[in-house]
This record gives sequence, structure tokens and C-alpha cells, in this order.
Amino acid sequence: MSHEVAGLPEGILGHHFSSLARQNEAMRLGMWLFLATEILLFGGLFCGYAVYRFQFQLAFAECSRHLNLTAGTVNTLVLITSSLTVALAIHFARTNRQRAAVICLVLTILFALGFLGIKAIEYTEHFHERALPGKYYAFEAVKVPGAAMFYSLYFLMTGLHGLHVVIGMSVLAWILWRTVQGRYSSKYYTGLELGGLYWHLVDLIWIFLYPLLYLI
Amino acid sequence: MRLSEADSQALAGAPPAPTYLEDGTTVLSWLNTRDHKRVGVMFLASVIFFFFVGGIFALLLRFKLLQPGPFFVDAISYNRMFTLHGVVMIFLFLIPSIPSAFGNFVLPLMIGARDVAFPRLNLFSYYLYLIGAAVALWGMVHGGADTGWTFYTPYSSTSPTQVAPILLGAFIVGFSSILTGVNFIVTVHTLRAPGLNWMKLPLFVWSTYATSIIQILATPVLGITLLIVTVERIGGFGLFDPARGGDPVLFQHMFWFYSHPAVYIMILPAMGVISECVCAFSRKNAFGYRAIAFSSIGIAFVGFFTWGHHLFVAGQSTFVGGAFGLLSMFVGIFTAIKVFNWVGTMYRGAITFRTPFAYICGFLYFLVFGGMTGVALATTSLDIHWHDTYFIIAHFHFIMVGASVMAFLAALHYWFPKMFGRVYHEGWGLVAASLIILGFNATFIPQFLLGNYGMPRRYYQYPEHFQALNVASTAGATLLGFGFVIIVIYLAIALRYGQRSEANPWGSKGFEWMTASPPPTHNFDQIPTITQMPHDYRTHEPPGVISVA
Amino acid sequence: MNEVLRKLLFLPDQASTFARDVDRLHYFVILTTFVVSTAVGLTTILFFIRYRRRSETQTTPHIEPPMWMEALFIGVPLSFFTLWFFLGYREFVRQQTPPADSMDVYVMGKKWMWKFAYPDGPNAINVLRVPAGRNVRLLMTSRDVIHSFYVPEFRIKQDVLPGRYTQTWFNATTPGRYQILCAEYCGAGHSIMRGEVIVLKAQDFEDWLAFQHRGVVATQDGQPTALDFAPPLGNMVDQGRRIAAEQGCVKCHSTDGTRHIGPTWLDLYHRREKLTDGKTVEADEAYLTESMMDPALKVVEGFQPVMPSFQGKLAGPEVAALVEYIKSLQSDAVRTGPSEGPAYAPIRGR
Repeated sequence: MSHEVAGLPEGILGHHFSSLARQNEAMRLGMWLFLATEILLFGGLFCGYAVYRFQFQLAFAECSRHLNLTAGTVNTLVLITSSLTVALAIHFARTNRQRAAVICLVLTILFALGFLGIKAIEYTEHFHERALPGKYYAFEAVKVPGAAMFYSLYFLMTGLHGLHVVIGMSVLAWILWRTVQGRYSSKYYTGLELGGLYWHLVDLIWIFLYPLLYLI
Repeated sequence: MRLSEADSQALAGAPPAPTYLEDGTTVLSWLNTRDHKRVGVMFLASVIFFFFVGGIFALLLRFKLLQPGPFFVDAISYNRMFTLHGVVMIFLFLIPSIPSAFGNFVLPLMIGARDVAFPRLNLFSYYLYLIGAAVALWGMVHGGADTGWTFYTPYSSTSPTQVAPILLGAFIVGFSSILTGVNFIVTVHTLRAPGLNWMKLPLFVWSTYATSIIQILATPVLGITLLIVTVERIGGFGLFDPARGGDPVLFQHMFWFYSHPAVYIMILPAMGVISECVCAFSRKNAFGYRAIAFSSIGIAFVGFFTWGHHLFVAGQSTFVGGAFGLLSMFVGIFTAIKVFNWVGTMYRGAITFRTPFAYICGFLYFLVFGGMTGVALATTSLDIHWHDTYFIIAHFHFIMVGASVMAFLAALHYWFPKMFGRVYHEGWGLVAASLIILGFNATFIPQFLLGNYGMPRRYYQYPEHFQALNVASTAGATLLGFGFVIIVIYLAIALRYGQRSEANPWGSKGFEWMTASPPPTHNFDQIPTITQMPHDYRTHEPPGVISVA
Repeated sequence: MNEVLRKLLFLPDQASTFARDVDRLHYFVILTTFVVSTAVGLTTILFFIRYRRRSETQTTPHIEPPMWMEALFIGVPLSFFTLWFFLGYREFVRQQTPPADSMDVYVMGKKWMWKFAYPDGPNAINVLRVPAGRNVRLLMTSRDVIHSFYVPEFRIKQDVLPGRYTQTWFNATTPGRYQILCAEYCGAGHSIMRGEVIVLKAQDFEDWLAFQHRGVVATQDGQPTALDFAPPLGNMVDQGRRIAAEQGCVKCHSTDGTRHIGPTWLDLYHRREKLTDGKTVEADEAYLTESMMDPALKVVEGFQPVMPSFQGKLAGPEVAALVEYIKSLQSDAVRTGPSEGPAYAPIRGR
């Protein structure tokens, strides 16, 4: 076992694991299980969306047309690209190119910030048009029953997603710091991999949100 | 015969390793522990504390119910008390109780591991639990919610009481539950000792594994549902408000999608404990090991598809009601399988009647009776009369208290020597068990009758003809309360002054007895190789830690 | 036998046509439960006595259940549970399906009282008068939060929801007074939100109804509270007529058959309307209500989608009154077309 930990920074291998391979397996399984819980968390909102979409088909279609399609599409591209950069970061770490990995992680975080910025602009627009959730709804352009419900769901879903973008950014920042410290290399990069996995999930959730809210 | 660690080290001339209790005695060493055993003990202390908080609420409620009219407290206070009783008992006691207290302690020992897969995450789970409990307590101190633990909308979105802190507290405790579930699943997959394949796992591990699956899949849905209600209250979002196009019944669907599997979180670990105790105290292998193991997974799986049986009269369509009713029947079958197999385990065993066995007897009777009333409810037509009456209250208390709490107490008494290295007073153990079983019957059988009679639940005032049964139930509750208090007293005395126990006082061949009682911090000097089934009593071993090779 | 078990189990009187059947299944299930629990308990005691530990060094054989035994443990409970389910579900469907000839009563629950309205009769608070031996359908909604209408002696219960109609039905067999209890927690007054069903002999009920019609203002039962702002105004049809005038419905919908901006209300109820998207719909209570709330959803062919929505403008009882008014607008014309049958069909059998 000592040959495994040779060349690795301190404290990577837990005393209770028989081998690094076992520990990596455990870490990956743990993260996948956690991702499953995140999917179910959003699942409740998707379920609510499905129910109310079916009930207020016209209102939802109408409101969807009033969302900023450009902003949504740009955001989708931004997030997909950020998933690419984080995957590249893992690749570079695995092939011992630490500087490249750091650059990719920084790019990912910047893309995430960009996403949040565009979302902030969109939200400001909504506030100005009074296209707000539930009891605050006063959007002149769409006055059909169910419109307020669309915006309630829109804000809930994108809000919760935005919160996860922030969480993801914090995770990435932590991973970035560890990478700068030299923790990840071809010998061990599982922590980086798990951070990347989480970011991919954040991206995936948006990929479902985008068509449901902006396209249909 | 293998020498115990202590003996072999003594022979080698080295001092014996300190037990996990002695390894660091400062408060900080406990608060910053990575040791699953210490996390388990901290959870145990916390859940017992909250059990008494919830129990005090219960006694206050039953005291008020002595009189049919306004008495002792006003209606709003009463409504707050039954809400908090439910919230505390379910989220702060029952759901974490057996998994987080005993599962944490015993699971790694049972699979020959040194710790759970993610020790720091484990500690974090505990802190999340404390934070959630603190938030809920803050809400309680400021009046607390009066919505019932089920938070039905639109009442919960419009009630003037402190609903948000209670919702938030439950949300945070939910994350504690999820992380514990993740930890256990990964532990069972990756930290099993050499030779230990799935079909040799102790039955407690099987049931904890099934519980963990439910915890990770169901709890997030509760989280999002409570979050939506919170934003309804704060922001007027209206997802469940009909005035804004929302559907209050959607809340019920989403809530029960979690909360029905949640009741299996509350009973599956209890069933696992009973499997272990029945084998240990009958000194016999598990009758139908595979059936018991797979029925745990079966309950976890089918339990996800039965939530609509809480909505038979809620405005759900007749057809859907029927579908849920039929599926609910299947869950009952898995429980029936277990009961027959447990009783079958006793056949040709070598039974000794100790306190844990007394709790097993109570458990079996309460589970069968309570479980079959559940089947009765699932017949749909009978539920129309019984829904939202004291019959339902009696049904779920039979399972949650009569079965789950009995199993919790069985676990507490069975694993007390393992966890603390002390022996408690057996006589008092039996006295308390008798008081609890009797008191429980006296409390809840009148409630079945009250439900038949027509008394709805959550009633502050009630029509006078219900009074006699209410008085009987309160009398029983007092007896029940005494029983619990007695337990705490003699266990606390045993902790401090009890006789030190041997390594394996029960002569049990469950895998947790492979190491000393209490265990050293690192559990095993050498990870054992396991080739036997648990609870194999075909041969007798001298007292001490067991060999499983 | 029925009486003995009923009293033993503290079941209330059986005062409706399905109470007896419900109770019979109850006895079957509960007696089986007792038998099984006792059997399990006795077996445990028996095993404990027979197989108690005789020495500290005692060993035990390794015993696995044979396949047939496991099959028995699964098969027997499964058969019982499935049998109970089908017996119960058959009864459940009966309980959830009002017969076609039911007399309708509108029920509104609100914190913390019950209000009743007869289509061609008076309003009442907290007291529901019905004739014995007659099928009565309750069309229920809530003004605020979820309540539940529960009459133990009838073995009926149904949640009452805001923003939606739910229904239940019963046929009371014995004249008498029966308590209504709210069975869904609704706040501080939940446990005092009670009412009474007064079941009258058929003739007494007719007499009471006739007496009510004599007065311009109907007599009220029960004490109105400060929360009760809706003024009593004769029967629902009159109320509906007044609301239709106030809200301007009659500007677009005629009541005499003339085609105007909207479809005429004469003979509208149960009429099959063809929609702009080609589908047909029957104008029942649900469609009429939906048209008031979301008129653009189903527009009748040949008319423009210009009707505004009344969501938020009409309260539940007002919508019900309008529906009753529309229902009352029947000409003597013979209906053409095939008989479509009632909207709510009864279960064949008893």
C-alpha cells in the first residue's frame, strides 16, 4: 500500500480504505448517488411544471414567447462551453499539465459568472416588466389565467438552478485552489473529477430547463 | 479458537489499545471526531433528548384530552403542540434514530470495516442534524407552527404561525438524512471485509442498505416540496393556491411521495434490529435469510408506488385510488414474509428471555396488529370511514411506537454492552419493558375504538360521548411515559456504575461481536476474513469475540 | 351478530344504505387480524417454552424453510389481502359514484361552518335536511382551506377543496339527527366546525321544503357568524339570475334562444356543443364553470373568442348560482339526437 501513497500529497488515502482504487471507487459512487438526489430535488419542480403546463397550455406558451430567447440561448452555450472547459481541466490534470488545468478551471468559473450575469440581466428585465411570480404578477403583455403560474415556476426553477450554479462555482473554486497546490496528477485526480461531475449536472439541469422554459 | 485482541497484545507485551471512549477525552475530541462510533453515540444522545421533547408534547396533549371542552391550553396552543409533537418525533427522532445512532455504530463493525466510507461527511451529517434541530427549536420557542406535521396547503401557506422555521429545520435535517444514506450505501459497496459477499451480509446491513436507498431517493422530494411552501408563504408564489391557478392536492401528492417511503425509513431499520436480536436470543440462524433480505429491498421499491393511499378521499380519481390501494397490499406481503420468518427462526432454537427478547415479543405483536390495520385501510372503502380519525393515529402509532420504538429499545439494550462496555440491571429492564408494552396497549387500543366511533384527529374539543375512551388513553400514556423514564434512569446508572461487561455477554454470533466491547477506535487490529454466515450456531465457541473465518 | 360486533368495536349506528356493507368487510378484516395476531403471539410463546435455552453451550441446527413453506407464507396473505382489496374496492366505487336520480345539494365549507344550498330551495347554515330513503348527492367546495365533510353514521367522508368541486353521495335510511364533523385540520376552529344532518321522513321533508318556498327570504338554521357576508336571497336560481344581470352575462348570452354574441343559455345545460377545434363537449356543470374561468379554452364553433375570464371576479357560490340558473332555463322543446345518458352513471347492481 505504501507504494501507492508514495508521490502523493499527504492524507489522500483514508486509513479505512484498503487501497487507493477502492477509495476512488467509493468517492465516485458517493458523488453519483448525491447527483441522483439533486435530480430528484429538481424533479419535484419538473413535476409541478408538467402539471401546470398541461392545465394552462396557452398561458405557458404565450409567456414562453416573452422570455428573452437570445439570453437563454447564449446562456446555454456558455454553460455547455464551461462543461467542456472543466472536462479539459480534468484531462490536463490527468496528463500532468497542471498549468493548463488551472487555466481551464479559471475559464469555467468565469463562464459560470457570465451565466449568472446574463441571468441577472434577464431578471432585471422581468422586474421592469412586472413579470413576477404569483401575487406580484402584473405583466401587461400577457393577461391569461395561468401566466402568473408560469412565472412562479420560472423563478423557482431558474432560481434554484442559479443557487446550484453558485454552489458549483464554490466547489470549482475549492478544486482550483487544490489544483494550484498541486494535489491532482495522473496518480490521483478523483477530487477534481467529482467537482467536474457536479458541474456537469448543473449544466445538464439547465439543458432541460432551457427548452421547457424558452423553446416550447 | 482465536485469541482476543487484548489477550494477543498482552502476550506480545504491548498495552491493550484504548477503547474508542477512552481515546481522547476532551469535548473537542468528540466534537471533531472522525470515528463513526462517536458520531453514533452523539446521535444516540440527541435522538433520545428529542424523543423526550416530543414525548412531553404528547403527554401535554393527552392531558388536555381528558376534558372534551376547552381546558388546560387554548385551541391554538393545542394545535401547535400536536404539530410539534409530529415534527419532533418524525424528523428529529424516528428517522435518524436507528440508522444514525445504531447504524453508524454497528454497520462498519458488522462488515469488518474500520469506519464508514466518508467519516468527515458523517460528522457533517450530525452537525446538519443539530443545525436543523436548532432552527426548528427556534421556531418552537417563538410559538411554532400549527399546521400539523403534514403541512397541508392552503392552510400551511396562509397560517399566521411560525411555519417557515419549522419547514426550514425539516429541510436541513433532511439533508442530514440524505448524506447518511449516501455514506451507508457507499460503505456497504466498498468497505466489506475480504470474503464477505452480499449473501453473507448481516440482515441489519440489508435493511439499513434498503433504508439508505429510500433516504436518498425520497428525501429530496420532501425538500423541494417544503421549499415551495416556504416561498408560497414568503413570496406568494401560488403553486398550491387555487386563487392563482394552483392545486392544493398537488402538494399532497408531492408530500406523500416522500412521506410514505419515509415510514419505511422508520420501520426497515427496526426490522433489521429484530432480525439480529431474534437470531441472537434464539441462538439460531435466520429462517429464510434470502426472503428477509430481499423483502427489505422489496419494501423499499414497492413503497415508492403507494403514496396515493393517503389521498383516497382527497379528490383523487376512483381508479387511481384503486391502483394505489392494490399496490399498498403488496407492501403488506413483504412484511408478512418477515414476520413468518422471524417466528420460524425461533423454531428449534435455544431461546433465552432477556430484555431485548421482551421487546421482540412486543414488536411482533404490534407489527402484526398495526400492519394488518394498515392493510385494512388499504381496502379503500373502509378508509372512507377511518381517514383522518383516531383509527389512523392508532394505526401509525402501533407501527411507529409499537414496532419502531420497541426495536429501538431492543437495539439499545442489545448493543449497550457493545457500545459502552457495561451491563444494565436486567430486572429493571424487564420491568420497564412490561410497563411500556402494557402502557402502549392501554394508550392506543382505545384510540382504534375512538376512530371507529367517529372521532376525527387533531381535535382540540370533542363531542362528549368520546370522553371515556380519551380518559383511558391518557391513563395508558402516563404508564407509557413512566416506562421510558425508568429506562433512562437505569441506563444512566449502568453507564456510570454498571458492572463491566465481557466482550460478548450474549454469546451472539452477529458480526459486530468480532471485536471487543467497547471496540478500539480502529475497530480491528487486523481486518478479518469472513467466510461464515452470520448467526451460525451449529458450533459452540468459548465466550469472547467470535471468529468468522 | 352485526349488532354485537358493531357495539364491541364502537362503531356508530348504521344509518345509510352502505353502512352495513362497509361494516361487514370491517368485521371480516378485523376478526382475521385478531386471529392472526393471536396465532403469532401464541406460536411465539409456544416456541419460547418448547425451545428455551437449556445450557450455555447449547448449539442449534441450521434450518432453512422449504420452498413450499415460503410459498405458503406469501400465498395465504396475498390471497386474503387481494380478496379484501376487491371487496373493498367494489364498495369504494359504489360509494364514489352517485346514482343518476340523486337529489343535489350544494355544500360549501369555510372556516368554520358548513353552508348548504338546494337548487330549488333555501340556503342553510350548519344544518342539512334530507329526506330518508332518497339518494342525495353533495356537490362540495371550500371557500378557503381544505376541509372534510364527515358523517360517521353514514360512513361517508370527502375532502372539500378550494377552487374545485368534489362530490359524495348517501342514502339515509333512518330519520334522525346525525353529526357532521370536519375531518381535515383547518385551524383553530377545526374541532368546532360541526353541523347536523336532519333526516326527515319523505313527507316531512316535502312539507318543510314547501314551507321554505313560501317566504321571500328563507329561514336560516344555525347561527350565522360575523364571517358570513353573503346575504340570503331566496334560492340559487334567483341568485343566479341577479348575478347574471349584475355581471353583464345577459349582454352576450340570451335566455330565450336568440343567437347573440355568445351561445344562448336556453337549453344549454347538457347540450352537446361543437367546438372550434372540431371536438364536441357536453355542457355540464364542469364545462359551464370552466367557460366562466377560462373561456378561451373551449370556444363553441361559430362564435368568436371574446368572452373575458371571470376568474377572481366570481366567488364559488356565485358560480354555482349561475350554473343553477342556466340549468333552470329549459324550454319545452323535445330534444333531438340520441339519448346520451346522465353525466354521472350509477354502478350496475345494488
